[in-house]
Amino acid sequence: MMQGYIHSTESFGAADGPGVRFLIFMQGCALRCRYCHNPDTWALHGGTAVTAQALLDTAERYRAYWGAAGGITVSGGEPLLQIDFLLELFRKAKQRGINTCIDTAGQPFTREGPFFSKFRELCTLTDLFLADIKHIDAREHKKLTGRGNENILDMLRFLSDTGNPVWIRHVLVPQLTDHDEFLRATRAFIDTLHNVQRVEVLPYHALGIFKWEALGVPYTLTDTLPPSQARIRNAEKILCKTLKN
Amino acid sequence: MQHAWRGFKGRVWTEDINVRDFIQENYTPYDGDESFLEGPTAATNKLWGRLQELQKEERAKGGVLDCETEIVQSLTAYGPGYIDESMKDLEKVVGLQTDKPLKRAFMPYGGIKMAEQAAETYGYKINPALHKIFNDYHKTHNQAVFDAYTPEMKRARHSHIITGLPDTYGRGRIVGDYRRVALYGIDFLIAQKENDLLHCGGRNMIDKFIRLREEIAEQIRALKNIKEMAKIYGFDISDPADNAKEAVQWLYFGYLAAIKTQNGAAMSVGRISTFLDIYIQRDLLEGTLTEKEAQELIDHLILKFRMVKFARIPSYNQLFSGDPVWATLEMAGIGMDGRHLVTKNDYRFLHTLENMGPSPEPNLTVLYSSRLPENFKKYAAEISVKTSSIQYENDCVMRPVWGDDYSICCCVSATQTGKEIQFFGARANLAKCLIYALNGGVDIKTREQIGPEYIPVTGEYLDYDEVIHKFDAMMDWLVELYVNMLNLIHYMHDKYYYEAAEMALIDTDVRRTFATGIAGFSHVVDSLCAIKYAKVRAIRDEDGLIVDYDVQGEFPRYGNDDERADEIAVWLLKTFMNKVRRHHTYRDSEPTTSILTITSNVVYGKATGALPDGRKAFTPFAPGANPAYGAEKNGLLASLNSVAKLPYEYALDGISNTQTINPDALGHTDEERVNNLWHILDGYFDKGAHHLNVNIFGVDKLMDAMEHPEKPEYANFTIRVSGYAVKFIDLTREQQLDVIARNAHAHM
Repeated sequence: MMQGYIHSTESFGAADGPGVRFLIFMQGCALRCRYCHNPDTWALHGGTAVTAQALLDTAERYRAYWGAAGGITVSGGEPLLQIDFLLELFRKAKQRGINTCIDTAGQPFTREGPFFSKFRELCTLTDLFLADIKHIDAREHKKLTGRGNENILDMLRFLSDTGNPVWIRHVLVPQLTDHDEFLRATRAFIDTLHNVQRVEVLPYHALGIFKWEALGVPYTLTDTLPPSQARIRNAEKILCKTLKN
Repeated sequence: MQHAWRGFKGRVWTEDINVRDFIQENYTPYDGDESFLEGPTAATNKLWGRLQELQKEERAKGGVLDCETEIVQSLTAYGPGYIDESMKDLEKVVGLQTDKPLKRAFMPYGGIKMAEQAAETYGYKINPALHKIFNDYHKTHNQAVFDAYTPEMKRARHSHIITGLPDTYGRGRIVGDYRRVALYGIDFLIAQKENDLLHCGGRNMIDKFIRLREEIAEQIRALKNIKEMAKIYGFDISDPADNAKEAVQWLYFGYLAAIKTQNGAAMSVGRISTFLDIYIQRDLLEGTLTEKEAQELIDHLILKFRMVKFARIPSYNQLFSGDPVWATLEMAGIGMDGRHLVTKNDYRFLHTLENMGPSPEPNLTVLYSSRLPENFKKYAAEISVKTSSIQYENDCVMRPVWGDDYSICCCVSATQTGKEIQFFGARANLAKCLIYALNGGVDIKTREQIGPEYIPVTGEYLDYDEVIHKFDAMMDWLVELYVNMLNLIHYMHDKYYYEAAEMALIDTDVRRTFATGIAGFSHVVDSLCAIKYAKVRAIRDEDGLIVDYDVQGEFPRYGNDDERADEIAVWLLKTFMNKVRRHHTYRDSEPTTSILTITSNVVYGKATGALPDGRKAFTPFAPGANPAYGAEKNGLLASLNSVAKLPYEYALDGISNTQTINPDALGHTDEERVNNLWHILDGYFDKGAHHLNVNIFGVDKLMDAMEHPEKPEYANFTIRVSGYAVKFIDLTREQQLDVIARNAHAHM
């Protein structure tokens, strides 16, 4: 039976998709976001190997708390790096009538096969995408994450075309993303999409620093403070207010 | 039918005392939302404003505003008292424990020494004549208990393996059916009791009948005095209440009689919400009351419950921090016929937390079921998110045992209203018991031989089977001693500090439960897990006593939905309870137990050495049935699943769980938080769990409140602790630090 590599699970999530959710953190990510608070998920074959069935059996121990809206959210790491496992997990989840949600930064996305055909099937099994826009500007995106954002924005356009519901998330980092021109450009891009149900501003926090230290990787944002309440409100005003959908 | 009962349906309750039947025949279930609710009246704002000033003065004076030194408390010891003499016409519900607001009465019957010590702690001196009377001429409960204690009992008490024994103050946990005063009036209640007295004993005058006859006579005397007490305030409560205002007032006089005559640790109000709604509903229909006035009545009743005070000694305050009285009051639940018991009044009671801000008292309790109307679940969750002031208990596990008219008699323990009382006391410190088992009954703190001198564990590494065998034997000793101590205490309490006023509002043929308790639960479970699944090397001191442990390897912990640990938790509870069941319990009471520590987890922990689970010596325990600090690795729901596995049938006195959730972790908006919270409650209680305290705030707020208690926003900042609520700024610093430490591990 196929196995996926997971970092951990969390029985209670109420901030990653609708309702009360079981969270699965997958291993592996090709982005190297400077503010990443889970650098211990970067290695693809780290963590624990589990089967989809075992994972769902564990998740269902919490089904009584989900009500109609809740379910499972696969986060990471970058879950799309293990798309074969994700497909198996969501196929089985749908057989059990479980609401599914993916929290992705879109980095593995491409319209080339075999990924693309798998991704199209995944779209039919996914109730909601939580999609990160790390940075709207391609060059800034590369500086922030080590890679460009062209394919990431393309994934969002694709999901807009298929009509899959999406929540956009944007991490607000002073100096790096918290500039009105970037925020307005992000909003302008979001306005071209037809499937965005919600935009969430996630204020930067430094709670993951100890993990960088544990991994022996230098953390480059040691002097960066979380954004002020005023800047958070400003970003919310620009990004979230009067969303068309 | 008499005028007071106009419009009411039913027959059974008119012939005999049967408040439940009256409720079932007459209440109006409410499925709507909270939009009908009214804000506070000008009178409410004025009175609450004044009371807050008084509370501020009380805090400024070190916790006690005023203390009686001359008058022995009784039902009729004082003239009328008001929140403020100049505003007395604003009070829709009247009656104070003494002649002045927040003034603490002199209540010597539980123990004269403690009553004097309590006064002295706050700079008051009891009149020496009273000292003489209660030492030379009249015995008190405390002296009687110590007359009868065996040396072994005194050692157990002094070493804190059993702590919190009600041998110096009222035992509490007896809930009079205060509704009876409103529904029947005092004269009918006297007539019923006189009839009981007539039929008690007869030709077969053995001691149990002699005692009961004396008790009934005491009850009748108390009823007559309750009438006198009401007269002092200008009310004649001989007859039933004629309208809602009278019903609230009559009922409150019943409760006032209890808190004037008893200083029990828990003085619950009981299940009054649905009952009072019937009167309000009738007045609304008759056009004699508006919704605004109805809310005002409930607000003013709650004001009174926020004012209940007793004089306590410092060691009591360490045990039960924050001056709690457990004026517990219930809402909602489901009836035996399947109809829910939510009425508009349940909304009104919760709404008092909005009209007058959060407050620890009364201890508002929602009897929860996933089958309650969604509107009500949402409103209760909304109040939780806003105020962290309410607790939830699972009606679906309690109803099969206690029916649909039970009250919560302390923090979380159910008791059939008017039909049952509870003999409660203390907790057995099972963590300490485990250390005794390892060390052959020697206390590592005092080096005294407290337990029996069994053979200690001698190996370097602890062997699970050997430890279990020795622990089981040591628990046998502890449980026997504990039950015997409670037997003795309750015998003396009945004799020297009988609750005549409360018992007068309870059936003569009363059911009695005998409620024991457990402390240190999660630490014992995790320690046994460590011994079973990891390698635990015992570290001995120069006397050969095991004082610490070197744990090698990983082990499962209670609080992670891990069967390996949770099955040990279930085993521990069942083993303890089965041992309690083996013993004779006073007055043929039915034994129960609880996993519930209030804030005493701090005091118990301070008396207990290190444990194999990694808990350091003399540090606080986790409260109640909560997993140990830092043990929960899989999040809130995994922790709830573990606690939900403990079978309520083995802990009928309650399984308390307190959880704090950071608002950001519960949802992005208040609407999301509310919806997520009631889904969590649905899931937890559908799994058969018993109780949940819900706090919604972050550690940052606690830290700020500890450092800046003077900020106005913290004056009423209320948090739920094990089984009750307190104003955070009223906790000792040690307790505050404990709460913060606990929440730093919580689900943020």
